[in-house]
Amino acid sequence: MTIPRPPFIAIGLLSACMLAYEVLLTRLLSIMLWHHFAYMIISAAMLGYGASGTAIALLKDKIAPHVGLAYICAVAAMAFLMPAAFLLAQQVPFNPLELLWDQTHLSKLLAIYLLMMLPFFCAGLGIGLILWHFGKEAGAIYASDILGAGVGSLGVIGMLFLAPPDKVLVLLTALALLAASIAVMELRMRPKWLAAVFFALGLIVAVALPANWLEAHPSPYKDLSQVLNIAGSRVIAERYSPLGHITVVENTRIPFRHAPGMSLNALDEPPPQLAVFVDGNGPSVLTRFDGRLAPLAYLDQLTSALPYHLLTQPKVLVLGAGAGSDVLQALYHDAIPIDAVELDRSVIDLVRQRFHAFAGDLYSRPQVHVHEAEARGFVGASQDQYDLVQVALMDSFGTASAGLYGLSESYLYTVEALQTYLSRLTPDGMLAVTRWLTLPPRDALKLFATAVLALERNGVSNPAARLIMVRGWKTVTLLVKNSDFTLQEIEAIKEFGRARSFDVAYYPGMSPEEANRYNMLEHPYFFEGAVALLGPQRQVFIDRYKFHIEPATDDRPYFFRFFKWEAAPELLALREHGGMPLLDWSYPLLVATLVQAFIASVLLILAPLAASRARQALPSAPVALYFLAIGLAFMFMEIAFIQKFILFLAHPLYAVAVVLCAFLIFAAAGSWLAGRLQKRSMESRHLTFAVMAIAALSLLYLVVLPGLFQTLTHLPDPAKIAISIALIAPLAICMGMPFPTGTMRLASTARESIPWAWAINGFASVVGAVLASLMAIHLGFAAVILLAVLIYGLAAGALRRFA
Amino acid sequence: MRCNRFASGAFLYFCCFLPSHAADFDALRNKMVEEVLATSGSSPPGPEVMAAMGKVERHRFVPALLAPVAYRNHPLPIGHGQTISQPLIVARMTDLLKIKESDKVLEIGTGSGYQAAVLGEIAKAVYSIEIIEPLGKLAEERLKSLGYGNVKTKVGDGYYGWPEAAPFDAIMVTAAASHVPPPLLKQLKPGGRMVIPLGASFMTQYLMLVEKRQDGLITTRQIVPVSFVPLTGGH
Repeated sequence: MTIPRPPFIAIGLLSACMLAYEVLLTRLLSIMLWHHFAYMIISAAMLGYGASGTAIALLKDKIAPHVGLAYICAVAAMAFLMPAAFLLAQQVPFNPLELLWDQTHLSKLLAIYLLMMLPFFCAGLGIGLILWHFGKEAGAIYASDILGAGVGSLGVIGMLFLAPPDKVLVLLTALALLAASIAVMELRMRPKWLAAVFFALGLIVAVALPANWLEAHPSPYKDLSQVLNIAGSRVIAERYSPLGHITVVENTRIPFRHAPGMSLNALDEPPPQLAVFVDGNGPSVLTRFDGRLAPLAYLDQLTSALPYHLLTQPKVLVLGAGAGSDVLQALYHDAIPIDAVELDRSVIDLVRQRFHAFAGDLYSRPQVHVHEAEARGFVGASQDQYDLVQVALMDSFGTASAGLYGLSESYLYTVEALQTYLSRLTPDGMLAVTRWLTLPPRDALKLFATAVLALERNGVSNPAARLIMVRGWKTVTLLVKNSDFTLQEIEAIKEFGRARSFDVAYYPGMSPEEANRYNMLEHPYFFEGAVALLGPQRQVFIDRYKFHIEPATDDRPYFFRFFKWEAAPELLALREHGGMPLLDWSYPLLVATLVQAFIASVLLILAPLAASRARQALPSAPVALYFLAIGLAFMFMEIAFIQKFILFLAHPLYAVAVVLCAFLIFAAAGSWLAGRLQKRSMESRHLTFAVMAIAALSLLYLVVLPGLFQTLTHLPDPAKIAISIALIAPLAICMGMPFPTGTMRLASTARESIPWAWAINGFASVVGAVLASLMAIHLGFAAVILLAVLIYGLAAGALRRFA
Repeated sequence: MRCNRFASGAFLYFCCFLPSHAADFDALRNKMVEEVLATSGSSPPGPEVMAAMGKVERHRFVPALLAPVAYRNHPLPIGHGQTISQPLIVARMTDLLKIKESDKVLEIGTGSGYQAAVLGEIAKAVYSIEIIEPLGKLAEERLKSLGYGNVKTKVGDGYYGWPEAAPFDAIMVTAAASHVPPPLLKQLKPGGRMVIPLGASFMTQYLMLVEKRQDGLITTRQIVPVSFVPLTGGH
């Protein structure tokens, strides 16, 4: 049967569904598990596409007479597998917390990875078949594919504002069925009623699928699951947005009492509270406030109350205000005015509207100004000066202490972030950062090292005079002042600690005997660490310390990464001795993901070709090197630039959507351009220019972007998005050229090697997605970009030696 | 079909190696005690603690499927998102309380009931509160059937302790808490000790020992349960 023309609309819709599904999976996995698992999803998607390329290469002769039918089947299978793979993945009892105790969880992780890959395999199969069948119209098909992908990656963000993730999954399934229906019409398949069947199925899925059939079930070890196990707990409000699933829980029988690290001398109990969870993590709390300050006395019994004992009626900026605990603390201590910054509008709305009476209209009080913004972006854009910048304790103790954030980027605790906060302080103003106490010390010492470096970079000759660290039994608060601490202030700090049995871990001029009085450690680790970090042997101390406490920077924003390869053998040897919890498990998990990505892509992409007749058409070394290089370099660039734009666009999710969309669309334009240029001349001189342009632009961006972002950070979001797209466009156009250029060169020289070239490229993309994250942790994003430039150079060299 | 046969065969083969008799479990328990002693470093738990660990049938406190691995020096899941602690940690925590035969002990967070049973082997009376109803009920039945008559349990809020039985010589708070409830500190006798493990499920990071001096002053000691010093030693 002949097919009249490619199914452009169906291809676009299919691509949109796939990209939307990819983004959606990161949300769903955030709810189910802890970490966002984005790197694993990207790798699984690439594996699916790569394996589909191999499948087409092997089966194309058999499929050739039935391309239309095969395409429809692939789309229908994708529609079925999108919810099915997710439902099955939910049934896999994978528990990351048990990973280091029970290695069977590695196979469970692999099972989830392979399940997640399946829908992408089907989508890749569908698009690949059409591209292969309509070779001459590849440019237009590719454009339709990429346009759909771009729309999907942006559209899903909008959908997540309007509907919960499980409903979005239902909707995407319905859209995939619609794509199948449209494909039947576009391909003029028979029987014609098949289009109606798919359409009806889509309609049934969208309308009649049970409400919570696809709901993501959080791990039983997540904070929310644990709280819901308690008799009397009930969910009283839920909000969804791309930023997170917010759950508010009430328990009138066994009330919540959240007062992290409250002094053991305290006699007061917190007033009634509601627990607020984001993606099942937390809780932060919404505390009942009736206007009287006396019930809030417990807030003076936390280490974070320290700065209020040194300042009178300070003007305060609370970063990460959440449901308002730190704002209440400021209010209790007569702060005026209080600027509170919170990223998630849903949380602000809950406090302002649904629970306004319970919260005592906290966010509508005249002295409280709430800003919906990302903390770092807000401070960067603000021109105000504050007496106190308070960085709230936002993560939960269990999650932080288990190393669950090890791979999460955070621009809140970098050297540059602290420099920015300090620049917004009045001459005698203070920055206060509170962290959970971990033992052996990790967060606190890393934060201290970061503050020392920030002060030094700001030109402070004696940082030791501007730092104070106080520790309770569960929290640590670091104070950084814009001027030297006075003797009166130091006395006030000592008194604050004495009254609450908090130890002063460091103050200027402190003696070792004062370091370990109330909460005794085997050694005064915190004091010794602080002194070492202020001394001339700082780097030696950091290098020899068994955890990674090198300050985080905007280039390596992994504040929560404490894992060191050097210490791993010792910790593993001490596994049964109680050493297991000290292993920051998220890092080994990333390595495990890389290993499984490597093995899976070898087995599913390369091995089938090697076992088939295609082995007779093995590509030459330069060809293999070229396609490997451009696959790796593209992923390195894309992932690194997503990170670079997170700071500017002020949220990872927006950055991923905008950067991904821009990269896709402009890389497609680059591909189209390369095709036109290649037709004119086979010398591929344009590729050399493209690689040179990639190198020049990347290096220019590395130098210019930080300053440019700083200057433009005050602009409204639409302007920032437009600027981001304009910056990415030339780079992406150049990056889109190498693949079609290589393929077309190969088509004229060694056509039979094309399946291999694509497979090698797919393999490189799968591995590259995880490898980029791993390298960024160790070397920083600048190094990843530089490496990508080098690899592109290598590719340009290899192209010259194509047989 | 061949695959199914292979899988069934492998399962049967595996089952042959699982302990199924009391004697097997006794041997495993003795091995566990040896292992705990061997992994305790320079400060091994006292003989009365190890005797209790050698006596309590840990395999009866875990889900039946996990009974064969109950004596491994690992934490294990017990359902409802809760865990039974690693034997080493149970021994260290019990040891830190320095319980005497005549002592009255309060436990917040009964969980499987294993820790209460270990405490019950040493102390005169143990009072244990569980906040998750199904777990609390199961632990109560289990402890009763195993003859721990000196362990009293109830389901409810541990925040206010067990005022009717207060004061206590020792308190163990195994339930996660953002702060130490002031009522619990009040129910601790002067000279008494309280132990709180801190960390996520499956991952006890450190143990906090709260000591209430005779004059009422409260101090804490934070103890990393693993010998991992010096921190800046050679790798």
